[in-house]
Amino acid sequence: MLTLFIQQVLNGLLDGVYYLLIALGLSLIFSLGGIVNLAHGAFYAIGAYLTIVLAPHIGFGGAIIASPVLVALIGIVIERGLFQRFYRSDPILSLLLTFGLAMVAEQSLRMIFGAPPLSFSIPPALRGQIFIGDFIYSRYRALLILIAAACVLGLWFLLQRTAFGRVVRAGVQNPDMVGALGISLQPYMMTVAGIGIGLAGLAGVLLAPIYSIHPAMGQEIITPAFVVVVIGGLGSFWGVVVAALMVGLVKGITIGLGLTQWSTAVIYLMMLLVLLFRPRGLFGERIQRFE
Amino acid sequence: MSEQSRIKGLSRRQTLAGLGGVATGLIASPAVILAQSAEAIRFGHLTPRTGFLGPLGEYGVMAADLAAEEINAAGGINGRKLELLKEDSVNPQTASTKAERMIERDKVACIIGEISSASCLTISQVAARNKTLFLNTGGNSDALRGENCNRYMFHVEHQNSMYVKSCGRSLLAQGLVKGKKWFSLTADYAFGHDLSKVAKRFMEANGGQFAADKLVPTDATDFSALLLEIRAAKPDLVISNLAGNQITNFLKQYSEFGLTFPIAGFGFDTALAWAAGKDNFGGTWPCVWHHLIDTPSTKAFVAAFTKKYGKPPENQAWGDYVGVKVMAQSMNELKSIDTAKILEHLEKGAKFDVMKPRQGYFRASDHQLISEMYTITALPAAQVKNQWDLFTSSPPVPGPNEDMEVIATQGDEAVCKMS
Repeated sequence: MLTLFIQQVLNGLLDGVYYLLIALGLSLIFSLGGIVNLAHGAFYAIGAYLTIVLAPHIGFGGAIIASPVLVALIGIVIERGLFQRFYRSDPILSLLLTFGLAMVAEQSLRMIFGAPPLSFSIPPALRGQIFIGDFIYSRYRALLILIAAACVLGLWFLLQRTAFGRVVRAGVQNPDMVGALGISLQPYMMTVAGIGIGLAGLAGVLLAPIYSIHPAMGQEIITPAFVVVVIGGLGSFWGVVVAALMVGLVKGITIGLGLTQWSTAVIYLMMLLVLLFRPRGLFGERIQRFE
Repeated sequence: MSEQSRIKGLSRRQTLAGLGGVATGLIASPAVILAQSAEAIRFGHLTPRTGFLGPLGEYGVMAADLAAEEINAAGGINGRKLELLKEDSVNPQTASTKAERMIERDKVACIIGEISSASCLTISQVAARNKTLFLNTGGNSDALRGENCNRYMFHVEHQNSMYVKSCGRSLLAQGLVKGKKWFSLTADYAFGHDLSKVAKRFMEANGGQFAADKLVPTDATDFSALLLEIRAAKPDLVISNLAGNQITNFLKQYSEFGLTFPIAGFGFDTALAWAAGKDNFGGTWPCVWHHLIDTPSTKAFVAAFTKKYGKPPENQAWGDYVGVKVMAQSMNELKSIDTAKILEHLEKGAKFDVMKPRQGYFRASDHQLISEMYTITALPAAQVKNQWDLFTSSPPVPGPNEDMEVIATQGDEAVCKMS
């Protein structure tokens, strides 16, 4: 009984990693431009559908690289065409914009690929399980976690250790000062949107073999991703990482205690508690221009 | 396409002038338009096209369109054209509002469709209040034919009891019930609860027991935690009372984690097996109809559907196709679209070709369509030849010498009191 409980906790922790890829991009785009991107889930869905189209031609390995890049390009086009008009304006406007965008994307997928879910399986080379003592885990998920961890570290390095990151962080804190220093934030915004949306595309590729692929799949993932961002604190990098793992952990514990039917409700409960006691989220920083 | 390019070819002024002309014409001659639409007989088609049941609803819409096309090509209903009014039912509240509007404003002769049992309930209440027939083509809950039954609601879709009993027969034959431990997963909403109740009744009546019975939130996408529990519980059989995309997610992850306990389910749609794909689809499942049934009418339907849409129909397509055909055939036989007459005709046991070996009829006591069911079993991946034919099918259940009603609710289970 106890071993099973520990297994559930461990599994929950690993489970949390999937939220990371989506939530990180969501948080990144919000912190720089103030865009609450409700269409983020749609980019995840586009990533999954692109995989179905590309994998037969360039293999799953190729699709893991090509699909997020294509999704990022779409993201850049949308940033240039739409998002940039809404930077630093009332968040309700970007909320409406991205809500509409999500509906357009979902309907487009439905028109192109049809409403019925499509099939896509784990490539034979990546199938199989890993046994650690009595604990069983899928090889494919282990790979998924490695890729997600690499993305988190890469992103952290980019933001903390490069000149690019310094400008982005300065832009988050005080865009006017950055402007006064003669640095145009525009290309940075574009790149950040591309990276954030590309990460959603990457999540789509990685989850396509284990989740059902259908036009509304973006809606399924966007809600927990938002919960993670709110718990972690909007705009906080480590807040999102910690919150994603915590959400997984709490879910794992809930299921480990035999309360499966509460496993979804409990993460909303967690969000409620955090909002009551720390409205800015666990690691949320004070961002002047949104308060 | 061609229409668009033609418009592009015109100058803006020409287009505007043209549109103005058309608009004036429309305003000036409402009588003509009304007269034209009064010619046609309208059926309201309501089914979810978005949300987690949307993918199934889409099959229903395609099939209803095909049925209407065929009926019109064959001369329509009593010489009049059949016109389908199609809407996304969205959720129970919206469904009832739209049903109301279809009946009061659009004067539909009947309403056909729906998949969500909860929406079926609200539509049936509107239908009863307005004395209009509602033909349920996708809501499975026993309660709709039990405590919530209604004189104006008929059910083409088969009830949960029929799904459980037909799949259960196959499990009994495989020795997976008596003295065996079941681990069941149930979708945590009305349909799942109803299905679970019926499944439990069947299991206990036949000497099975639970290793565990888990309620799963409908928006759960990850089953890894439950897979760990299943592995630890070592059940003799894993039972899915899940719904919609949940089934696909579960099957994909069940094969991902390499679990080998036999698996079966009581709620099922072939689209979900197709979405899981040959590498992941496994187990034994009940099916109200599937595209491999060997009857002339099934073959004709599959051929026409595949020709029109480029893929075979799934069981929800069967429901809506049969629904539209049943109403049209009844109206043609009676030479009337009068609700009271049709209701009496159906209750008297009129027979219909439901694309299975035996003809189907509606049971007067609860308005359930009585017809045969099937149990399908997944083929090993190596034997699968294409993306659609992933399974083998049992012969029709019940067998040719049995009463078709044996798989439906009976005696104490059947609690419908028509008001």
